[in-house]
Amino acid sequence: MTLDFPIDNPPTRYHPLTTQLPIKVATEDVSVRYGGKLALEDVTLEIPDRAVTACIGPSGCGKSTFLRCVNRMNDTIDTARVSGSIRIDSEEVNGRDVDPVVLRARVGMVFQKPNPFPKSIYENVAYGPRIHGLAETKAELDHIVETSLIKAGLWAEVADRLHHPGTSLSGGQQQRLVIARAIAVNPEVILMDEPCSALDPIATARIEELIDEMRENYSLIIVTHSMAQAARVSQMTAFFHLGKLVEYGPTEEIFTNPLDQRTQDYITGRFG
Amino acid sequence: MNNAPTIRDAVQARLAKRHRAEMRFQFYGLAAISAAVLFLAVLLGSIIIQSIPAFTAHRLVLDVEIRPEIADPRGDGSEASLRRGSYNTLIQNSLRDQFPEAGSVGELRELFGLYSAVNAARLLNEVVNNPEVLGETLPFSLPISDDADLYLKGLTTDEEFLPGAAPLTLEPGMDDALTLRSQTGAPVFDVFLDLVQARQDAALDQARIRAERTAARAAEELDTDTRNSLEAEAQRARDLVQALQEARSDTGPVRLNSQTASLMLRAQGGVLRINALARDGLSAEGTWLVGPDTASQTAQDWSLWVIETPSIARRITDRQIVWARTLKERGLIKNGLNTTLFTNADSREPELAGVAGALAGSILTMVITMLLAVPIGVGAAIYLEEFAPKNRLTDFIEVNINNLAAVPSIVFGLLGLAVFINLFGFPRSAPLVGGMVLALMTLPTVIISARAALKAVPPSIREAALGVGASRTQAVFHHVLPLAMPGILTGSIIGLAQALGETAPLLMIGMVAFIADPPTLGLSGFTEPATVMPVQIYIWSSSAERAFEARTAAAILALLTLLVSFNAVAIYLRRRFERRW
Repeated sequence: MTLDFPIDNPPTRYHPLTTQLPIKVATEDVSVRYGGKLALEDVTLEIPDRAVTACIGPSGCGKSTFLRCVNRMNDTIDTARVSGSIRIDSEEVNGRDVDPVVLRARVGMVFQKPNPFPKSIYENVAYGPRIHGLAETKAELDHIVETSLIKAGLWAEVADRLHHPGTSLSGGQQQRLVIARAIAVNPEVILMDEPCSALDPIATARIEELIDEMRENYSLIIVTHSMAQAARVSQMTAFFHLGKLVEYGPTEEIFTNPLDQRTQDYITGRFG
Repeated sequence: MNNAPTIRDAVQARLAKRHRAEMRFQFYGLAAISAAVLFLAVLLGSIIIQSIPAFTAHRLVLDVEIRPEIADPRGDGSEASLRRGSYNTLIQNSLRDQFPEAGSVGELRELFGLYSAVNAARLLNEVVNNPEVLGETLPFSLPISDDADLYLKGLTTDEEFLPGAAPLTLEPGMDDALTLRSQTGAPVFDVFLDLVQARQDAALDQARIRAERTAARAAEELDTDTRNSLEAEAQRARDLVQALQEARSDTGPVRLNSQTASLMLRAQGGVLRINALARDGLSAEGTWLVGPDTASQTAQDWSLWVIETPSIARRITDRQIVWARTLKERGLIKNGLNTTLFTNADSREPELAGVAGALAGSILTMVITMLLAVPIGVGAAIYLEEFAPKNRLTDFIEVNINNLAAVPSIVFGLLGLAVFINLFGFPRSAPLVGGMVLALMTLPTVIISARAALKAVPPSIREAALGVGASRTQAVFHHVLPLAMPGILTGSIIGLAQALGETAPLLMIGMVAFIADPPTLGLSGFTEPATVMPVQIYIWSSSAERAFEARTAAAILALLTLLVSFNAVAIYLRRRFERRW
C-alpha cells in the first residue's frame, strides 16, 4: 500500500512551537484509507486554539482528507476507514460513544464552493440552532441569526432582505452566509476547505479579513492552495505531500526557513 | 511558418464535409420531430373528428299522460302499487298518438324501436317521487335509439329532396295502396327512374364480371372440391346476371324493395312510400306511412325524398326514418349536448351508455395506486439511495427492481389474482384490488425515478446539512427530499399515468367487465365492482352498434384529457417545488 510513497520517506519535521496558545486539536498517527488506497498516513500534529492553521500542499496530498477527519465527515463516505487518534480538548473524536451530530455542532465546516441551502438567508443561519434546540423563542433565534450574520460581516448587506433566498447572493456573500451558518451553532473549531477558491480577489480579501477576525474566538483550520493566502492569514502551517505531513510549524518559519527540501521546492513554486 | 498554410488547407478541405455532416444531422432531427408531430396531429385529429357525433344526442320529448289505471294498477296510490305500473305502456301510448296509422304488430314494434324501454324506469321514479302527477300529462324527455340518432345526424344514409314537377292525382287502389298519376302527362318520376336504371346497370356489370372470374378460376383449379364450389358460385353469379337482365328488360313497373334505394313522396302533410314506378315515369304506386292532413285527391305541392342506402344495408327501417324525421319536424325531437355520456355508466344501448362509471372506477383505482405506490416507492428509494450500505444484497435488490420495471404487466395481474383475491379473499372486480395490482406495477417506476431524483441533488447540500450537525435523517428530510421533490413527483405521476392507461393486469382480476352501475365515489366504492377507462374503451370498441364508434373516440378523448390534466398537475407541482441553488 505504501507503493504510492517514495521509498525514501523521511519522518515529519516539526518546528518548535513559538505560540503560547493552548492546544485545541491534537492528532496522533491519523491514517485514512479509501477502499484499499492509503490517502493519509500517520499524521501527528497539535493545533492551537484561537489561531489559524493552514494546510498546504499539492492536489491529492491528503490535506482535505485530514480536515474531514476532524469533524468525521469521512464517515459519510462508505469506503473511508480512519485510524489513529484525534482529540479536541483531550476528548477523543473517533470514540465509539461520540455522536458525529454532537461533534459537528462543535466543529463547524465551510466548503470549497459556497453551498447555502436553497432557502431564505434567515433559514440558512437559523437551521443549525433550530435542529440543536439552541433557541427557545423566536426572539432568541432572531438574536442568534443577527449576531452570527454580524460576526460573518454580512449583516449590513442582508439585514433588509433576510427572507430573500440565500442563493440570490453573490459568491462571496454566499460564502460569508455559510460561515454565519457555521458560527450560528457556536462551534469551537471551524474547518475551511479552500474557502476562497471559487471567489474573486475582492471577495477573497473580504473572507481573509473575516478569518483574521474570527481567530479571536475560534480555532480555525484552513486548507488552501494559495501560499500567499496561507502566509497572510495563518499562524501555523502544515505542509502535506503524498498523504504525509512533511513539515509543521509556525507559518513564518515554514515560509522563511523550511527544514525539508520538498517544502522548500513547493513554496518556491518548483512543483505543485 | 511553412506549416501554417498546409494546416489551414487541411482544415479547409474537411470543413465543407464537416458542415455537411452537421446539416445532415440537423435535418434528420427536424425530420424526426416533424414526423412525430404529424403522426400526433393525425392521431388526435382523427380521434376528435370521430368523436364529434358522440357529444350531441337527439332527445325525444313526449307529453306523457300518466293514466292512473296503467300507472297505479291497485288504485291506492301507494308506492308498491305505483311500482307495479306499466310505464312503458304510457310512453308507447303517447308515441302512438303521434302516428295513429301505425296499427299492425310489426309497425308498432318499429315505432317503439325508436327508443329504449329502459327509459320507463326513469318515468317510474319520477312518478313514485311525485305521486300527485297521477292523471296529469307530463313532458318526458328520453334519448332516442342510437340508430335513429345516427340517421338524424346524417351518418346512416345520403338523402336527396327533389321538388315535384307537376301536380299529382292520388287515386285509392287495392288495399291501402294509392296510385299517383301526373296530371299534366309530363313524366314526374323519371329522375328517380334514371337513378334506379344506373344502379341496376352497375349491379349487372358487377355480377357479370364476377361470373366470368369465378368461372375462369374454376377452370384452372385442380382440387375437385374447390372446383365444385367455385363452379357452384359461378352458376349463382350467372343466375343473378340473368335475373338482373330480366329485370332490366321487364316492361312492367319498377318494383322498389329492400335492395334498392327507398323513395318517399311528401304530399298533403303526410309521407307516402313508393312501392312501384311505371316505366314511363308518369305514375307510381305508394302507401301512406304518415297520414295526410286532408282527404283531397290532388296534390299541388309535393316532393320526392330519396333515401340512397337500401334498407337492407341499414339498421333503421323506412318507417322509422320517416317517423324520426316527422317527429323532428314537429319539434318533438331536439338535438342537444349529450350529457348522458358523462352522467351514465355503461349500457348495452349506446344512447344510454356513458363513461361516468369507468371514470369513477379509474379515480378510485388511482387513489389506491397513489396511496400505495408513492409512499412505499419514495420510502424505498430514500432508503436505498441515502441509507442502505452498498453491498451485494443492495446490489441484488437494485437489479431486481430494475428487472421488475420490465415485467409484462399481465404478470402483475396474475399475482394480484393469486395473492390478493385467492389468498387474501379481497373482492374481485374491485378498485381496491385493481389499485393494489397497479401499485405493484408502478412501484419500480416510482422507485427508479425517485432514486434518480435523489441522486441528482448535489452532494454539497448533504454536506452542508451534515456540516452544521444535522443527522442523516434530518439532512435527507429537511434538505435533500425537498430538492428531489419535483423529480420524484414527475416520476410518480408518469408512473400513475401509465397505470391509468393499463388494461392487461385488470383482465386477471375481473375489472374487464360490463358494469352498468357506477361505483360510489366514497369509501364503500373501493370494494364495489367497477371498471376503468381503458377497459371501457376496449369494450365499446368491440361493440357491434355503430353508435359506439363515436363513443369510443369520445371515451379516448376523456381518457386523454384525464392524462393531460395529470401531466399538467405534474408540471405545476414541479414548478412550485423547483428551487434553484
